[in-house]
Amino acid sequence: MDVNVTRAGMLTTVQDLGRRGFRAIGVPLSGAVDAFALRVANLLVGNAENTAGLECTLVGPELIFTRDTLVALGGADFAGLPLWQPSVWRAGETLRLDAARRGCRGYLAVAGGLSVPGVLGSGSTFLRAQFGGTQGRALKDGDVLSAREFARHVAGHWHVDERILPAYSAAPTVRVVAGAQAAEYGGALFEGVFKVSAQSDRMGVRLGGAPLARNGNAELGSATVLPGTIQVPPDGNPIILMADAQTIGGYPQAAHVIGVDLPLVAQLRPGDTVCFREVSLAEAHDAARARERAIGMLREGLAQKFS
Amino acid sequence: MTLTPLGDSAVVVAVGAGLDDAVVARVREVAAAIERDPPPGVVEVVPAFASVTVYYDPAHLTDYAALCAAIEARALRAEAAVPAQSGRLVEIPVCYGGEFGPDLGDVAARAGLSREEAVALHQGGRYFVQAIGFLPGFGYLGGLPERLHTPRRPTPRTHVPAGAVGIGGSLTGAYPLGSPGGWNLIGRTPLKLFDAVRAEPALLHPGDRVRFKPITREEFARWM
Repeated sequence: MDVNVTRAGMLTTVQDLGRRGFRAIGVPLSGAVDAFALRVANLLVGNAENTAGLECTLVGPELIFTRDTLVALGGADFAGLPLWQPSVWRAGETLRLDAARRGCRGYLAVAGGLSVPGVLGSGSTFLRAQFGGTQGRALKDGDVLSAREFARHVAGHWHVDERILPAYSAAPTVRVVAGAQAAEYGGALFEGVFKVSAQSDRMGVRLGGAPLARNGNAELGSATVLPGTIQVPPDGNPIILMADAQTIGGYPQAAHVIGVDLPLVAQLRPGDTVCFREVSLAEAHDAARARERAIGMLREGLAQKFS
Repeated sequence: MTLTPLGDSAVVVAVGAGLDDAVVARVREVAAAIERDPPPGVVEVVPAFASVTVYYDPAHLTDYAALCAAIEARALRAEAAVPAQSGRLVEIPVCYGGEFGPDLGDVAARAGLSREEAVALHQGGRYFVQAIGFLPGFGYLGGLPERLHTPRRPTPRTHVPAGAVGIGGSLTGAYPLGSPGGWNLIGRTPLKLFDAVRAEPALLHPGDRVRFKPITREEFARWM
């Protein structure tokens, strides 16, 4: 089946859950910035969670499918498609995701999944190095994507129990664990309200507000980082590293957003605000297990719907 | 041996202090030992500088302390072992100076050397890959002769071309892709340092040894 992209949207890229195993040669994880949303959108249409879908940013694309197909949207709430539930689109009908009403990144899963060549084990687009997805670039008007055939029978209507969703908000409090240089920033990270800058992208969410003063000036060597790492450059404005961030960073690491709360950061729009709250590593791990259990229950429940 | 958490999904194993080629060799051994026999839950092992970062999946973690103990046991065994032979030797041809090395004059002047002397010093160095990062395939090369240590440029360039060879502080390296960059550019290599779709995407790996070989503009043109 073809997916005709009649309008590409602001920044629409093909993403799965990213490439693992290549950080030692400097290749970032990439993949959906809000991995939870893509996983759930995929489950809603009967796909494996790692199936490639479209990450739509702030203004979504306009698509026409050449066959009847089942689609689902997770993450940001776009006009044009119900959120967190599957819906059938008829061949030739225009699916128009206009501006996002809430959140920043919507994940459109298509039953069967988008078919793109795997690069280093993943279909994810890595814009900075221009590989993966559709020739390493964002979609453009007139692109034609191909989706795999989907033959499974679909029974009835369903949607996700909202209790399993992350507490998406335009002013979330995000949980962090301490970073290597946490002591050099005292409690300032936990007292401030930070505002999301328009310079944010798939590599990092940049924050403004009262700059963080570093109490220390030891020369730091570069060190490994991961999505969620809060780096503080000399200007004191923290950057939360996201999916496309480089694998090694040279700035002090004040804290790390816990994995379970990364979707909250992924959905921040320019102008939104964020606060931070410190938790223990054990709490972060408990939260990760609880989230996984919730997704597991959803997976089991939905498995019965697809025969 | 110290293990420090990195976020809620990685542990950094500090292998040694300082960053000479002996430490880099030990780092490589420790990373290889963990990769050969990964404790359950480990998803990725990254040697970088004087440490090894072990990434795990927190959603399927049952016992963090046990994971750390298993990582440490492997690391200690590897450290105790005599390091195997040193890493591969990779030769990188470089056309120094001219339009390829707009900062060669500054680097030489800072060192109190002529351009030719600076080039001779750079190409005579024995380098080793401390880590790959910043960009896919970008090797942070240690072993730069001290006289050539040069601080990063105060204002990074908005575009450094692929192949550019530069100096940043005590490190040298080559940009695999066009990118913004703050290093002092002294030459350019015609080699493709990274290509996602070739069998071996990155030319350099952590622990490799590197030498630079000067080439002329004509040789550079023939490479391309």
